[in-house]
Amino acid sequence: MMEQNKTKNTEEILGMANNLKWELGMGIHDKIVSSLYADAAQIARKTVSMDGDKPAFSLDRKIDKIVTSRWSGFPIMFVLLAVVFWVTISGANYPSGLLASLLVDTLHPILKSGADSFMPWWLSGLLIDGAYLAMAWVISVMLPPMAIFFPLFTLLEDLGYLPRVAFNMDSLFRKAGAHGKQALTMSMGFGCNAAGVIAARVIDSPRERLIAIITNNFSLCNGRWPTQILIATIFIGGMVSPFWAGLVSTGAVVGIAVLGIAFSLIVSWGLSRSVLKGEASTFSLELPPYRPPRVLQTLYTSLIDRTLFVLWRAVVFAVPAGMVIWLVSNIHIGGLSLAEHFIDWSNPFAVVFGLNGVILLAYIIAIPANEIVIPTILMLTVLVTGMSGVGEGSGVMFELDSITSTESILRAGGWTLLTGINLMLFSLLHNPCSTTIYTIYKETKSAKWTLIATLLPIVLGFVVCFFTAQLWYLFAWGFEF
Amino acid sequence: MSSQPNCENCPVHHKGNLVRLGIDMDKVDYVVALAGNPNTGKSTVFNNLTGLRQHTGNWPGKTVGRAEGAFSFADDNYKIVDLPGTYSLLSTSTDEEVARNFILFGRPDVTVIVADATRLERNLNLVLQILEITDRAILCLNLMDEAKRNHVEIDVRELTRELGIPVIPTSARRRDGMDELVAMIAEVASGKYICKPHRVRNHTPQLKHAIDTLSKKLRETYPGLPNAEWVALRLLEGDQSIIEALQNGILDGLVENETPIAI
Repeated sequence: MMEQNKTKNTEEILGMANNLKWELGMGIHDKIVSSLYADAAQIARKTVSMDGDKPAFSLDRKIDKIVTSRWSGFPIMFVLLAVVFWVTISGANYPSGLLASLLVDTLHPILKSGADSFMPWWLSGLLIDGAYLAMAWVISVMLPPMAIFFPLFTLLEDLGYLPRVAFNMDSLFRKAGAHGKQALTMSMGFGCNAAGVIAARVIDSPRERLIAIITNNFSLCNGRWPTQILIATIFIGGMVSPFWAGLVSTGAVVGIAVLGIAFSLIVSWGLSRSVLKGEASTFSLELPPYRPPRVLQTLYTSLIDRTLFVLWRAVVFAVPAGMVIWLVSNIHIGGLSLAEHFIDWSNPFAVVFGLNGVILLAYIIAIPANEIVIPTILMLTVLVTGMSGVGEGSGVMFELDSITSTESILRAGGWTLLTGINLMLFSLLHNPCSTTIYTIYKETKSAKWTLIATLLPIVLGFVVCFFTAQLWYLFAWGFEF
Repeated sequence: MSSQPNCENCPVHHKGNLVRLGIDMDKVDYVVALAGNPNTGKSTVFNNLTGLRQHTGNWPGKTVGRAEGAFSFADDNYKIVDLPGTYSLLSTSTDEEVARNFILFGRPDVTVIVADATRLERNLNLVLQILEITDRAILCLNLMDEAKRNHVEIDVRELTRELGIPVIPTSARRRDGMDELVAMIAEVASGKYICKPHRVRNHTPQLKHAIDTLSKKLRETYPGLPNAEWVALRLLEGDQSIIEALQNGILDGLVENETPIAI
């Protein structure tokens, strides 16, 4: 009885609302909004007063005019980016070497001889030469750049610069048929792609959100910066005099990062013209006031929340990967290790793309975490070339005390400038790491889009490397004759 | 040297009693919602109250979905929900829907509206919309340090009078005003401070008539509905989610003295 009454009343209420709506005519929503705004304006007039001669935020506006200007906006962006990388590259080298000599050169032999005294050789190999060394390498190579890069990035964020980046990039993304806020998720991706994929939630339209998720991998993530920096230093910085080396390698890394942004735009454009058709939706982006960054707090939170968090994740993935590396290079079939079998088999195929079998195997082993690509490559190279006197024998991931000795190993493995360039390109364009893939699945709840987001960059990577290699061979051939 | 019993009744007495509980949300006495425009420092306020370190950043739209935490003050436990920042509760983006549904159906005991003191007028648009839905609200007038730097002055007493809710000036980044905010949350939650929130008065006579007629009818069917005028407005606008709520009987849950519906 009660329930029936309620239903009846509900119908009555809705009917009444409908009638009143007719009486009021069109534009009810606008009327409601304008009376609301009128009230707000009234209250503000009564309570807010501006004091002093200077209009509020005059300095903010002046700065904004420069950093978001059509002419100086982009150059300032690139310069800031370059400064951040340059400080990271030049500042990380020394502490990296120090950590490596402590964790690898000093601690590793002690642990190894300790373990050998009571463990069978294969167990101490698996645990110390595999798991421990992988962890030690990841810490010594990743901790210093991250401890420099993240606070710098967080300071820029705290200052209020990121929305200006989004403002500058907005028209480019809109032309690509994507959402302007994708500039923000892209910036997050420079720290970590998984974080960037989650950040894509700020985009309301499912179509534009998918585009932002799929293209986030084109933002070089923290796990890939060390690879880029090391290879740029060896192969590109190495071509010029030591005085210019730092600057030139910084330029190369910035170049790769910018290329990533370009791919992000091109792929967004392609997607919004094909499988994800649609127009870009508009949004309002507020440029927040510049706020003086709280330096100490930024240092603390970026160290704890970002640096240690990412480092811990890398260590967790490096430990099992280290064991896998040790196993594939110590299990022998017909006189050759599993690793050598794969490398020999894939080499002819890899050379077409200007890469080599070692790189391919390293990327397969490093799917869990991009951070361990370089140590894997070094270890496998030593194994294949049968170099002696470096490292600690077969299957041991090691750190070299200087970049020059890394270079000598790579050169002995048949590496050229082309291999270096293509490794940088491939590091930009390949499948996302497993954490990111899982995050994409969680965010999209679609196996199809997860698969596309995984395979699209790797296909692109092979295409780009192929053309780079073919052009290179063409020119090299031309030079020889 | 004699003890003064009145001290314990004064909110200032408990100032030092804030205990940050992080995500420990056992035995919740009161639920506090944190609403406001994007980039006004909601997450900073949230972190100050709960002791959590949700990442804060100087860009709008950083908080997606909603974060929850807890604190304890003067023997009561408070659960605090950080809602995504929105400019209004009128149109229908996901963020606005999340924020509106929580204030409407989650029925928080107190809604703390964090506003940017340097851009008060625009922030007031959201404040007024929230005050249409809920009676128990506090305006946390944040970024006062920045307002000062930019020569913006705000008459807090006049603002309190106009809005009919407590206004607490704060600079959350420096933790200024946080003690006063916590004390006021306790006052409003326990019902010691009764708000008389501002209701929009600049409606056209026609619209006003329509709202009155419809809200009267709503009150007949749902006695004790705290925001009948607001529901009436949404029905006049043809807001689909409110019409559905009415048809499915979810509005019953809004009537006072019934248990809130968890979303």
